[in-house]
Amino acid sequence: MDALNIFIKAAFIDNMILAYFLGMCSYLAVSKSVKTALGLGVAVVFVLAFTAPVNWIVTNKILAEGAIIEGISFDFLGLIIYISVIAGLVQFLEMFIEKVSPSLYSALGIFLPLITVNCAILGATLFIVAREYNFVEATAFGIGSGVGWMLAIVALAAIREKLRTANVPAPLQGLGIAFIITGLMGIAFMSLLGLNPGTYFG
Amino acid sequence: MAETQIAPQTESTSLFGAKERKLLVDPLNDDNPVTVQILGVCSALAVTSQVKPALIMALGLTIVTAMSNLVISMMRNSIPSAIRMIVQLLVVAALVQMVSDVLQAFIYDVYAELSVFIGLIITNCIVMGRLEAFAMANRPWQSFIDGIGNGLGYGVILLLMATIREILGKGTWFGITILSTESWYVPNNLMLLPCASLFLMGVIIWIQRGFNTKLIGKS
Repeated sequence: MDALNIFIKAAFIDNMILAYFLGMCSYLAVSKSVKTALGLGVAVVFVLAFTAPVNWIVTNKILAEGAIIEGISFDFLGLIIYISVIAGLVQFLEMFIEKVSPSLYSALGIFLPLITVNCAILGATLFIVAREYNFVEATAFGIGSGVGWMLAIVALAAIREKLRTANVPAPLQGLGIAFIITGLMGIAFMSLLGLNPGTYFG
Repeated sequence: MAETQIAPQTESTSLFGAKERKLLVDPLNDDNPVTVQILGVCSALAVTSQVKPALIMALGLTIVTAMSNLVISMMRNSIPSAIRMIVQLLVVAALVQMVSDVLQAFIYDVYAELSVFIGLIITNCIVMGRLEAFAMANRPWQSFIDGIGNGLGYGVILLLMATIREILGKGTWFGITILSTESWYVPNNLMLLPCASLFLMGVIIWIQRGFNTKLIGKS
């Protein structure tokens, strides 16, 4: 039940984009059409679903004090190892997508390798470390954050597709209006901050 | 194979010709990393509530982008493409660690204020974006200039946003009182929230594209 609770909270309440404003670059750049947005969203869910448990294992079984050598903690290597795990997975994903769907590969362009530096992914790992989740909770949090990120980018892409027929001033079209829409979505989401789904489902 | 891809290296006629000048000036407006290339948005939203951290952040990012562009460009013909991201990130992480240590040693008070965000330069898309888009295909000197130019373009946007947010949100600029909150000015707390930086960024893009109409329709 705890894991389900964490999943719902990560996806809908403490949303990576709308509550923490992490992972904005690719969110704004790849939200022109719902199809591409969905493709990148699935890729991010995939990367988060694997990096969250792997980085949990790294943190607790390798870096923690006394895990390898008694009395020594490798905490100071944390950032470099987390980022290497993420980079390795993204590199694998890039080769996989290039083989399976060349059209999605060219649509994502530079934003596929940039998943590595998507703040939402490193951010999720750092949240897991800071909140001391157990293995199942960490996995649930990783998948939940990914799903939340995907929902937000698909929502923005859908709004932007509708906006094509709207009468937006020419200089504001595209990127400018996307920033303003995200700001409005963020203000709406502020009212959900701090809500605990456990009170209703637990 | 990597060895066969090495292009014949032609020496440019001068160290700072028209091409280099373009690389330095373009990112300030026509090819701005934040408002046109959409890179480095997260940190631009996070560190701009005051001017001082924004300035240090912009300087740190400029140094890291320029140096990592230089290093990766020198190694570009010997990095196997299958592990290029890991190599790039290790170079960036090492440089960020150095910047962080230098700040810690010389200006500790700013470092204490910024510590988390200095670490986040590793995940700043401008650094990786320029490595992928420029340094992997160009010679070291041009890559270095490109890094400086993009760092400056990022700094311009950061300082602009931080100035507006600090003056309206706290009534000060660089810690100096501009609008006295004690006598008549009621600070607009919305300006200190991340949402405000999204609106501001939208308006900055609106104004920029209003003047620079050839950018309309991009991204």
